[in-house]
Amino acid sequence: MDLSAINPVLLISSLMIAATPILLAALGELVVEKSGVLNLGVEGMMIVGAICGFAIAVQTGSPVLGFGGAALAGALLSLLFAFPTQILLANQVASGLALTLFGLGLSALIGKNFDGLIPPATDKLHVPVLADIPVLGPILFQHDPMVYFTLTLTAVIWAVLKYSRAGLIIRAVGENHDAAHALGYKVVRIRILAIMFGGACAGLGGAYLSLIRVPIWTEGMTAGAGWIALAIVVFGGWRPWRVLIGAYIFGGVTVLQFNLQVAGIALPVQYLAMSPYVITIVVLVIISASKSRAGGPPAALGKIFHASH
Amino acid sequence: MFRLEKRPVPSKAWIIATPVLAVIATMIAGGIMFALLGKDPVEAIRIIFWDPLFSEQFASYSRPQLLVKAGPLILIAIGLSFGFRAGIWNIGAEGQYIIGALFGAGVGLAFYPSQSIFIFPLMIIAGAFGGWIWAMIPAILRTRFNTNEILVSLLLVYVAEHIMAAMSLGLMRNPEGHGFPGSRNFQQYETAFNAELIAGSGMHWGVVAAFIAVIFAYITMSRHILGYQITLAGQAPRAAKFSGVSPNRLIVFCLGISGLLAGLAGLFEVAGPAGQITTSFNQGYGFTAIIVAFLGRLNPVGILLAGLLMALTYIGGDLAQLMMGLPAPAIQAFQGMLLFFLLAMDVLSNFRIRLKKQGAA
Amino acid sequence: MTENLLEINGLTKAYPGVVANDAVSFAIDKGEVHALLGENGAGKSTLVKMIYGLVRPDLGQMNLLGKRFSPPEPRAARAAGIAMVFQHFSLFEALDVAENIALGMENPPKQRELAARITKVSHAYGLPLDPHRLVGDLSAGERQRVEIIRCLLQEPKLLIMDEPTSVLTPKEVEILFQTLRRIASDGTAILYISHKLEEIRNICDSATILRHGKVVATCTPREKSARELAEMMVGCTLHEPLRQAVEFGDVVLEINDLNAPSRSQFGTALKHINMNVRAGEVLGIGGVAGNGQEELLAAISGETTGKAGTTKFMGQAIGNLGPNPRRKMGVLAAPEERLGHSAAPDMSLTENTLLTAASRQNLVKKGFVDWGKTRKFAKKIIAEFDVRTPGAHTAARALSGGNLQKFVIGREVMQNPRVLIVNQPTWGVDASAAAQIRQSLLDLANNGAAVVVISQDLDELMEISDTFCALNEGELTRPRPAKGLTVEEIGLMLGGAADLEAVNV
Repeated sequence: MDLSAINPVLLISSLMIAATPILLAALGELVVEKSGVLNLGVEGMMIVGAICGFAIAVQTGSPVLGFGGAALAGALLSLLFAFPTQILLANQVASGLALTLFGLGLSALIGKNFDGLIPPATDKLHVPVLADIPVLGPILFQHDPMVYFTLTLTAVIWAVLKYSRAGLIIRAVGENHDAAHALGYKVVRIRILAIMFGGACAGLGGAYLSLIRVPIWTEGMTAGAGWIALAIVVFGGWRPWRVLIGAYIFGGVTVLQFNLQVAGIALPVQYLAMSPYVITIVVLVIISASKSRAGGPPAALGKIFHASH
Repeated sequence: MFRLEKRPVPSKAWIIATPVLAVIATMIAGGIMFALLGKDPVEAIRIIFWDPLFSEQFASYSRPQLLVKAGPLILIAIGLSFGFRAGIWNIGAEGQYIIGALFGAGVGLAFYPSQSIFIFPLMIIAGAFGGWIWAMIPAILRTRFNTNEILVSLLLVYVAEHIMAAMSLGLMRNPEGHGFPGSRNFQQYETAFNAELIAGSGMHWGVVAAFIAVIFAYITMSRHILGYQITLAGQAPRAAKFSGVSPNRLIVFCLGISGLLAGLAGLFEVAGPAGQITTSFNQGYGFTAIIVAFLGRLNPVGILLAGLLMALTYIGGDLAQLMMGLPAPAIQAFQGMLLFFLLAMDVLSNFRIRLKKQGAA
Repeated sequence: MTENLLEINGLTKAYPGVVANDAVSFAIDKGEVHALLGENGAGKSTLVKMIYGLVRPDLGQMNLLGKRFSPPEPRAARAAGIAMVFQHFSLFEALDVAENIALGMENPPKQRELAARITKVSHAYGLPLDPHRLVGDLSAGERQRVEIIRCLLQEPKLLIMDEPTSVLTPKEVEILFQTLRRIASDGTAILYISHKLEEIRNICDSATILRHGKVVATCTPREKSARELAEMMVGCTLHEPLRQAVEFGDVVLEINDLNAPSRSQFGTALKHINMNVRAGEVLGIGGVAGNGQEELLAAISGETTGKAGTTKFMGQAIGNLGPNPRRKMGVLAAPEERLGHSAAPDMSLTENTLLTAASRQNLVKKGFVDWGKTRKFAKKIIAEFDVRTPGAHTAARALSGGNLQKFVIGREVMQNPRVLIVNQPTWGVDASAAAQIRQSLLDLANNGAAVVVISQDLDELMEISDTFCALNEGELTRPRPAKGLTVEEIGLMLGGAADLEAVNV
């Protein structure tokens, strides 16, 4: 094994790339869960986003249109979850699973014609001056625009949830839907909008995988990223900045195991490849064992809202 | 707009009618999907649902396949239905299925080429144990640390897949396989092979186990106090605690039984129809079984029927792929659709739908 | 002459199977405290929901200050000057006071400004509040203050109060009434909904009495006796429970230095509880819900277990046993929450019988349920306790609150308990069912059982208890004979509004 093959600067800068798709999906799910809805269909929405973004980018030659299309596709797909759970009061766990199963099938179906194609490249931003700083420059200032978009999104979601009226209403609906209804807030409408936002974010995350991170389309390419995003929301205690930290830790593990593979560590590749999943489980256990009150889930999470009058 | 009004008692008629309606709605929506793919929808539906059983050309081959595919689906779904009723969500049956197959196959391969009659029973025990122990991970984490069992059981599927890949490339690789990945094939190891019991029927020990599981589940759910406690815990967790049900014991039981049955399904599959551990041994039965469990309304008899129907869509899907070039993922999407329609229509058994005057709050 | 504020004309609202409001008409004047009196299920809530825009009437109309008033949603009602203090479900425990208040306002000011206004207004009305505390950490009385301040900041024309005193200690009630008089004197009308007669006589200028969705009388409550009001409300004469004088037997239930953690995020832990209950004794435990009532019941029923010696039954340590071994011995319980705790809503009454009767009635043999025997026992409960239902196959949630409560209490009483603990046995139950439930508890004690009744309703406790103590912040006061206790003494036992002074500083 040759550890000197691992370049720390490259490692840290690729960590940000590895974390971005999961962070996008997790941020979306965070908003959904804050509104009191548990959507387990993140994996399904991500992979549909991945293929739709890929297909549109290949057809039009524009990654921007690809990302836009992926967000739209994720939002539309999330309606398949929103309708049964919000209007027809179906079980959220089961409906989320259905969304994932359907999304995996649908994406494979659409993807049939896109195997082996190369998507148009997304240009990296080269932030003037800052990008040329040694070490810090390559780590922080030479990424594609989506990395910065995602960071901005984290800040925006944090600020909106914490300071704005809209954020207050979302939190209120997620804490106690009966009380919110009694005060005249449209619980179902707010939740459907949150679900669509979550779908759009998951779609973006998927497209990031197929357009930038990998970048190629393969069937089932999300490989559990959606589920890890769900775990990271729990890890982050439903707070945006902690979700960001969780995603970066996960990204770090992914990149490190990949680097160790390349460095030729004396361990079968499969055991390294499973490490991100194992570490996610370990982190989940640590978090749930030391649950503090402030970091708890929204009180109405996963509960069905039915206005009797 | 319409308004939902909760029924005082769930409608028995709708409980039976909703799965049927969901299947019909899926056929219609699926037909539209097939048409969009440029295939004749009527023909596609016929090939999927009719030809495997009744076409003179294919039925002799595909009819036995029905039991071969339905066996593992039913076995896993029966196990899942216990937990789903209790509100304990094991969605990692796929992983338990893989580990069960690895344990069972491992025992069989370890004794190769012994001809002892104890090998196959030993493999069955090992398979069940493998699935059980894999399910115990989320169970223990949930009861000890309150870790979400949905996420843990699911993430363990990916871990199991990687272990399986490592095994078929490493420890379990066939020493006479000229370096190809994959274990020895049990077809060439008769003592350990899960053969067809009645020629041309598709019936093997796994199918027998599935039928036994259906009967066992039926009696447990309708007559045994455990069945009552499971239902109670799912419907009203606080009432269950008040009644004296220990939530932790229920979690261990429900995850344990579903892991055990999934492990069995994996063992019977690897020792029979699949024949060997390969990198692509698992075919998603563990996930499809979730659909089967819901389609069967978590009722053992319902699951039996739903398992057969779902098996039909697999076989019919293969046939449609062969006959009219219908892409394989179309069937996966088709199955996902079915679960959606089912969940959406569930509302009919618990609620009355009333039209609402415009503007009324 | 005072001027009409709100005029209600022939409001009718029907739900499937029941006419909740049948041509209801009355008027509220400016600055008037108007009582809406009626039993549970008389249609009070439906009427209020129509005024607040949560429900649209089928027929009839309302006029506010002479103008047609038909709010399509609560927002419109609020904009028109209607404010409401809910009995339940309108606060968010994980949000702070200021956020809760902002949610109830149309155009809330910036958080900092709002916090300042909350502090100012709450002090002006004698209801001090810290805007930055989490609502989940507040007492019931403080939570109600949040609701009231939320309304007052809107400067409403009409303030609706739905059963405002049900969660308050006597001292807190007194403070509330002072505040209400102050609000009324500023010209705001108050619609005061209650079934507590003395309160209405104390504070209301006029009263509209509802029975089965219809207005049966309008009167000036001060001119009527509580008994006259009660008979108008119920429509028949009430019989008082009969209590035979009994000698108490030996101590049956003994609690020694019991500590138990809080059962929910915002519950209360039990601290050093000591109590003895003798055979034939009814021990009443008063106090506002959330002060450890749920925890105490769970500790006695066996839902929470602890050290063996903390709970003793006939001298035998049972503190480490679960619910079923305790039931087998004769220690039974009926928790407060009917739907979801003492009964499973979607299960039939037969299945709900099995919930607690399995071990003591031998309904399970070798793990298999004897459904025939279970059904027979369910039918016996239904017959003995006059539970109005089509049959034992009916789902629990299809029963009215009173009938389900009769079933739940009946299920325990019919098992001949040696110890029975009940929490809020008549909460949300109509008067006749409540009387029946109380009588059954007294009969049980007369037959030699030890009965513990936890309730917020002091009148109820005074009516049936032999011994009284109060549970406050997880601590139990020393028991005293119930006979001869004055309201002041009870108030002191309940701790009054001790928290109020703390905030004042």
